[in-house]
Amino acid sequence: MAGLVRAVRQAPGGISPAVLRPGPLGVVGRGLFASWLSVLVAIPLVVLAWHGLRGGPEGVVHALRLPYAWEALTLTIWTSAVTAVLNAIMGTATAWVLVRYRFPGRALLSMLVDLPLAIPTLVAGLMIVNLFGPQTPVGAWFKGLGLPIAFAVPGIVLALLFINLPFVVRSVEPVLLDLDPAEEEAAVTLGARTWTTLRRILLPPLAPAIAGGTLQGFARALAEFGSIVVVSGNIPGKTLTSPVFIYGEVEAGRADVAAAVSVVLLAIAIGLQPAVRWLNRLAGARHA
Amino acid sequence: MPDARPDAFRTRWLPRRVALLALVVAWMALLLLIPLGSLAVGVVQFGPLAVLRQIGEAGGWPALGRTVVVAIASVVLNGVFGVAGAIYLVRHRFWGRRLLDMLVDLPLAVSPVMTGLAFILVFGRGGLAEPLLEALGWKITFAMPSLVLATVFVTLPFVLREVSHVLVELGIDEEAAAATLGASASQTFWRITVPNIRHGLTYGSTLTLARALGEFGAVLVVGGAIKGRTDTATTFIFTAVDERHEPAAYGMALILAALSMAFLVLLERLKKRRTREA
Repeated sequence: MAGLVRAVRQAPGGISPAVLRPGPLGVVGRGLFASWLSVLVAIPLVVLAWHGLRGGPEGVVHALRLPYAWEALTLTIWTSAVTAVLNAIMGTATAWVLVRYRFPGRALLSMLVDLPLAIPTLVAGLMIVNLFGPQTPVGAWFKGLGLPIAFAVPGIVLALLFINLPFVVRSVEPVLLDLDPAEEEAAVTLGARTWTTLRRILLPPLAPAIAGGTLQGFARALAEFGSIVVVSGNIPGKTLTSPVFIYGEVEAGRADVAAAVSVVLLAIAIGLQPAVRWLNRLAGARHA
Repeated sequence: MPDARPDAFRTRWLPRRVALLALVVAWMALLLLIPLGSLAVGVVQFGPLAVLRQIGEAGGWPALGRTVVVAIASVVLNGVFGVAGAIYLVRHRFWGRRLLDMLVDLPLAVSPVMTGLAFILVFGRGGLAEPLLEALGWKITFAMPSLVLATVFVTLPFVLREVSHVLVELGIDEEAAAATLGASASQTFWRITVPNIRHGLTYGSTLTLARALGEFGAVLVVGGAIKGRTDTATTFIFTAVDERHEPAAYGMALILAALSMAFLVLLERLKKRRTREA
């Protein structure tokens, strides 16, 4: 944006570029684009929200009081939060290793980070079931320990860790890349211990990027359906998450209940967006 | 990735650095490589030929074909509207621009299942658009158009955002110069803008394609996964798991995984080419 303003001011001889004065074609195009976004995004989501809120706040409360709706919501929120925090720690470590270390296979590791974005989440779920399902040796072993993975909460956690993996890595990486190691070296030279250097020198500039990536991962996890539906076994009250609950209600022809629960998830997701934008801007300003 | 680190960070393998690297590699192996490998091993154990035959018997190939058609349609639609939208949002100033800008990111925040539900409430039976659709004689939900709509929705931001980044970085010097020298709007677009955004467009389109091939929740809800009519590669896997046709499910899953790996390599190449040019 700033670049545009600068370019206009610097335009030679005060000629304002034609691109800023759209002809009739530009105006029609803008209208088409606005209609496209309205039909595709705005209208469906407004209709969804309207259906969900038709019964007023009591309608939403009623939907959440239905058997297993509340359990599904709390399960979704806590598993998303736990996996987002775990990935914040491991994602920062991964970004650190990718930026600061040189080792054979680094390019491959960097490419692997993007794998969860490319692989269909349903396939990710299937991979976990195939490895940890009760009929497999690994799965049977874990079940013997009293910690079944597939068709249980650990499977949900594993699936969410998988789909969440890229966010923190990709948000921290560019900030880390622009960080001058000289500051850390100075701290170490002056006798600061590793922990102090980490807390005082590294964490402050990285914090917005870490927080932004974590929130993005959290929002993504709240919405996850494909991997969960095959991994969790969808046991109501135990391993049924909100998106799967919504799917079940739609299939059962109870669109209004589905819409009411959707409104809750939608409100959380949209409520997180400004925070994510703000943190991204903060992280971007740091390394600009 | 530019390499501006002093040598000390590259060469001295202190124990704690080795430990951290090992931890990260183990984490990635546990979450990504071992599950992926076990899927491949599973398919080999079933016997690749038997798997292919079972996919055919369960009606997997038409489903995969439908996915490809839907993915290509999404790339074309999002390509056209993505480039146009990026130009409008970055280069133009008009009332409501910020609102449209926000709408673009919304699909990423919405669960695919909710996307499907929203489309059903608008285009389905008893939906908002029913009178209009009936008058036109169009059927959208539980038919091909809904699969395209849902997939276009979930892949909406990719081309637009990639092209926007390029446009912002580019500035308007070149376009302004062309306009000053008397180029018409369409000449400026085809000769200056298109060559400049080429890589962003390719990158965004590849992301769209990869995501479109794997879309599941939204197409399941709006399409209903009707065998031979609206089932796609992913809903085929879902149904196959349900009906205990494991070889067919795992086979199709491995095909999709292989395709996404191919896209990943392609994206990495595109990324390198882009940073080299920047």
